Amino acid sequence: MSENFGFSEATIPEGRILTYLEAIAEAIAHEMERDSNVLVLGEDVAGSFGGAFKVTRGLEGRFGPNRVMNTPIAELGFTGMATGMALMGLRPIIEMQFADFISSAFDSIVQFAATTHYRWGGAVPWVIRAPSDGGIRSGPFHSQNPEAWFVHTPGLKVVAPSNPADAKGLLAAAVRDDNPVVYFEAKPLYRSITGYVPEGDHVVEIGTAQVVRDGRHLTIITYGSQVHQAQEAATALALDGIETLILDLRTLKPLDVDAIIESATATGKVIVVHAANRLAGVGAEVAALIAEMAFEYLDGPVVRIGAADTPVPFSPPLEDAHRPNAAKIEAAARKLVAF
Amino acid sequence: MAFRYRAEPRVALTFVGDGSTSSGAFHETLNMAALWKAPFVLVVENNQYAYSTPLSQQTANPDFAARAAAYGMPGVRIDGNDVLLVHETVSEAIARAREGGGPTLIEAETMRMLGHAIHDGAEYVPAELLAHWEARDPVTTHRARLLESGAATEEQLASIDAQAKDRIARAVKTAEAAPMPDPTQLEHGVYA
Repeated sequence: MSENFGFSEATIPEGRILTYLEAIAEAIAHEMERDSNVLVLGEDVAGSFGGAFKVTRGLEGRFGPNRVMNTPIAELGFTGMATGMALMGLRPIIEMQFADFISSAFDSIVQFAATTHYRWGGAVPWVIRAPSDGGIRSGPFHSQNPEAWFVHTPGLKVVAPSNPADAKGLLAAAVRDDNPVVYFEAKPLYRSITGYVPEGDHVVEIGTAQVVRDGRHLTIITYGSQVHQAQEAATALALDGIETLILDLRTLKPLDVDAIIESATATGKVIVVHAANRLAGVGAEVAALIAEMAFEYLDGPVVRIGAADTPVPFSPPLEDAHRPNAAKIEAAARKLVAF
Repeated sequence: MAFRYRAEPRVALTFVGDGSTSSGAFHETLNMAALWKAPFVLVVENNQYAYSTPLSQQTANPDFAARAAAYGMPGVRIDGNDVLLVHETVSEAIARAREGGGPTLIEAETMRMLGHAIHDGAEYVPAELLAHWEARDPVTTHRARLLESGAATEEQLASIDAQAKDRIARAVKTAEAAPMPDPTQLEHGVYA
């Protein structure tokens, strides 16, 4: 699937169609090039290996071992270390090999990094890259979407790009932000999604959602991998004349409340979708905001679609039952449109 | 690690208590500090109690300095109430760290003479243990040492005491006179 986000095929410069993964890698290298305070650390990120997903391959050769550091398996320790480095003016990009492992670093993130500025004014400009999401038969320890924990934590920012251009632009913004930013990159998109990515400096402002499809019958608010599932559902719905507006949140904290309310009032029928657990997920907050701020515009209940309240199953049919997908979104959309 | 990254001749000095030595963060930190020869000195103030829990209920091996060997770094256990010994030991460790020799773990044995916090009467601490450490109070013993060696006179020490008390009294007064925060500022400073 190739999505060029407003750029026509004819005007795209040669070689600027990148995968989601290539866009992340390009952003890291670009930020390291422009600021010597930017460094990369994490498990297996250095050398020719270059990370479990090869995002950081080649970086150590280019920037040296001081700026691309392999760490021991010690998420709590190396996140704490990065917090110290950030307090002293560096801008570490921490690769959390899998987003699932972030719970080992939880104390360091939520007790210390997130609260430091409020407690005594110390800025912690690190980024945690958290490869998240499943659907690729990776089982319970390599498939999770734990973003809600961090959206619930004051002092953090949380972003979740759905396409290559945003993957680059949001990572650049995260690195340059003076606050701790958790950057959720959707593993299933790494090599399956390509798109135009601007060369050189490309920054997507944190806190800005984007309408990625216009429509008048129904609004789907989503982010990450589910943007693509929503697009697939919308394409099917369009065959029956149902026009779907899709809002890609892009940033989960701070939420773009204006864009949420505007997209909800535009159609009066809203589905909120994410791959993360539905229960107490980000979608619950979005639905509540709409109920509070756009109640009189609604022509039906705000519907939430998310993963079931179970660990991520390894078995393929169970994982498919666990996760949202285009078919489930389409079915919910037809029901809501008929409401 | 930022000092190491920028090749600055600076050293980080961190203080923790005996209670913290049981946490995973303690292990992860020392392992990485030794691995990367971080310019880092860790002082473990072993004051015998983690809140109400005595050392005997925290670990089967209360020799914290010995743990340094497991990480491949020097560790030393000293009398934390001996002011000159603490100064000398920490100075040596800082010099080594500054020269690229890596981290040091210093276990300073001492005693928590009051409760964990102001609400805590610390009735769980045996009176004889407090009496044992009372006699080794570093303020008292170091004062005697200064007087014996002629490094200071009673008048000088009395003057230092008075200055310290005055400084604290002034700080308390300043804090109490300062206005309380405006509730509308609640959200100020969440983000940098």
